[in-house]
Amino acid sequence: MLEAIFMAAIRAGTPLLYATLGEIFAERSGVLNLGLEGLMLAGALMGFVVSHITSSAWLGVLGALLIGGVLSLVYAFLTITMRVNQVVAGLALTMLGAGLSGYYGQAFIGKTASQFSPIYIPFFSDIPFIGKVLFSHDPLVYLSYVLVPLSWFYIFKTRWGMNLRAVGEDPKTADTVGISVFKIRYLYVILGGMLTAVGGAYLSLAYTSMWIENMTAGRGWIAVALVIFSAWNPLRALLASYFFGGVASLQLRIQAMGVAISSHLLMMLPYALTIVVLSLISSEAMRKRIGAPTALMKPYSREERE
Amino acid sequence: MRTGELIRGGDAKAPPQDVVLRLKGIVKKFSGVVANDSVDFDLKVGEIHALLGENGAGKTTLVNVIYGLYQPDSGEIWIRGSKVNIDSPARALSLGIGMVHQSFTLVPSFSVVENVALGLKGFSSLRVVAEKVKQISELYGLSVDPYAKVWQLSVGEMQRVEIIKLLLRDVDILILDEPTSVLTPKETRALFSTLKRLKDEGKSVVFISHKLNEVMEISDRITVMRKGLVINTVRKEDTSPGELAKMMVGREISLGPSKRRSSTSFGEVVLEVKDLEAYGDKGIKVLRGLSFSVREGEILGIAGVAGNGQRELAEVLVGLRRASSGVVLFDGEDITNKGSMVFIEKGGGFIPEDRKRFGVAPNLSLVENLILKSYRKPPFSKGLFLDLDYANKVADFLIEKYSIQSPGKDMPVRLLSGGNLQRLVIARELEGKVRLLIAFHPTFGLDVGAMEFVYEKLLEAKASGTAVLLIAGDLDEIFTLSDRIKVIYEGKLYGDFPPDESYLETIGMLMAGVINGYKA
Repeated sequence: MLEAIFMAAIRAGTPLLYATLGEIFAERSGVLNLGLEGLMLAGALMGFVVSHITSSAWLGVLGALLIGGVLSLVYAFLTITMRVNQVVAGLALTMLGAGLSGYYGQAFIGKTASQFSPIYIPFFSDIPFIGKVLFSHDPLVYLSYVLVPLSWFYIFKTRWGMNLRAVGEDPKTADTVGISVFKIRYLYVILGGMLTAVGGAYLSLAYTSMWIENMTAGRGWIAVALVIFSAWNPLRALLASYFFGGVASLQLRIQAMGVAISSHLLMMLPYALTIVVLSLISSEAMRKRIGAPTALMKPYSREERE
Repeated sequence: MRTGELIRGGDAKAPPQDVVLRLKGIVKKFSGVVANDSVDFDLKVGEIHALLGENGAGKTTLVNVIYGLYQPDSGEIWIRGSKVNIDSPARALSLGIGMVHQSFTLVPSFSVVENVALGLKGFSSLRVVAEKVKQISELYGLSVDPYAKVWQLSVGEMQRVEIIKLLLRDVDILILDEPTSVLTPKETRALFSTLKRLKDEGKSVVFISHKLNEVMEISDRITVMRKGLVINTVRKEDTSPGELAKMMVGREISLGPSKRRSSTSFGEVVLEVKDLEAYGDKGIKVLRGLSFSVREGEILGIAGVAGNGQRELAEVLVGLRRASSGVVLFDGEDITNKGSMVFIEKGGGFIPEDRKRFGVAPNLSLVENLILKSYRKPPFSKGLFLDLDYANKVADFLIEKYSIQSPGKDMPVRLLSGGNLQRLVIARELEGKVRLLIAFHPTFGLDVGAMEFVYEKLLEAKASGTAVLLIAGDLDEIFTLSDRIKVIYEGKLYGDFPPDESYLETIGMLMAGVINGYKA
């Protein structure tokens, strides 16, 4: 029972984890991308379509990476070069992703595509309890196991990570020591968008194994909250994602058990939790304490006089 | 390579060997305002060259051009005999130019080592960098803990980190923008000995300051700037603080009507300030016992270099900042710490320094901004509602009277130019019965036409019996308008001068902190 709940938490948490990781990179560079929902939808559809055509789930992931990269490039151009308000641009990206995927996705409703399926890992999968919880998953979950510590190490322990954090904290300082603020921001907004799109592809290629319009169901928004919840730290993002994934799968289980709570109330759980988390930690003082990038949402211009 | 040699060999104007940096005809404009007007400057190997000038003279703009932060509109930069295009700080660093900015460029949440390593190429680990930091800090007397977080450091330590940062990058041209403005006298002495050491090693230093004593102590040559122009470059041996002060503030009083002193007899005392003290935003005492008074029909000018307590003084007087001790009397009534509403009710007007932030609400219309002080009461308000017809009529009248050029009275005022914004602020602050006007840098950033308009209005107010306190950095302005002049330096007032040109030099010296026995 517990085994199954934990396992389901990881499965449900993985798409959140990819999106949260991606957004951590973007926000660490000082750019808020509220378009996660749109990016995930685009990634979900693109992944499904490519996998449907090529019969290769891995090529589907490649397609998701591509569409995530392209859409984030547009977003980066708007917010970094054109200095458009990041909230407005992010909402636009969400609507764009939802609209495009809804329109082009119509033809793929009810179709099938090549899927990711669980892979048995010798020795690890045989460990009691842990083997079932952690090592009975598909390759995208295993990939996220690798990505999380790697991202943490990259952000906090390498020179490039230091450049990234400096740009998000104090772009002027970064600029004066010869780091290109624009290059760094473009790079990580695009990288972040790609990871987010993979989170979307996970939904259509592993989690539900089909394309449904608006299948992300607000997961992009939950990921935005998870970034704050995890204090811009990949390791905590893993815990936060699995926690939310757990809440989401638990409510399904409670419904299945026939507990006399309205299913509508139960389905609200993850979203209600998101609101609680956001209101708890969105005060300015709290954000400072948990280490929000100081320059988040502030476009940089070298010649702007102070 | 070849082109570089061609330029070097072929150009007869190439600077001599011992000049490491040369600027020719640098022009830099900001939305039409000229910050640097064909500036020439050269820096020799192993010299400390001071850039001296008042705030807004264009010193910082010039060094930002050298450091690649600003692109000049025209002009040439030569480094070690070749013409270069410095399009970014990265390029400047690769040319051996380093800069310590006035507001430090350090990431507060990073440690000292991380800040030093940031952007640095070719190091294997932070431990290696920390080792180098230790070496350099011992060698140059720049003591700092490599593993401390920057936000925990004192400003003096932060500055040392900035210098270490540059030395680790092997720069041989160091630019320091007002390095002493944040330092204690002891830290200043330590900085100077570091600079001398660097100079002995053949490095070249550009040292920005507005303090005459320091400039005379540390520099080999001095270039004086005023209003974007280079006034002169002199060797320290050939000049004196007095001469520099004259160059810095400008000898001639060029602007404005000179027939201003029509009345020399003034009326009742309107504003009286006794032993006023107040703290600045950083919790440091910035007003340290000020006493003065202003009478009806009198303009009292307070001269000083920005950052000596002027802003805090203005804010305390109009009720925007608390006084920690002392008294402010307005027509005999104690208004100390009573808030801005009381100041306004009693007939006070305020022209703030930063008119966009404190003078207007940028997204409200001209009409709304013009009635900001009076909308609470009839005839502008009727019960719960505003009488917009009346407000519109008054606005039309004021826009006409003060010739405010705008795209329309219902448009947001952020669309107005600086001069027209100031006309609007003046229209609002001076219309009606004004007993006391606090004018804080009233012509800051304005062109000559708008400036004359402001002068005219201030003199009109004076003629009608308003008491005017004029706080300004521009000595021309102070001399043109004031009936009496005091100098503010580090939160204290010095002297009480008539607006006679013979005092210009003394006032300039006081502004630069050469007190010479004057009592506060």
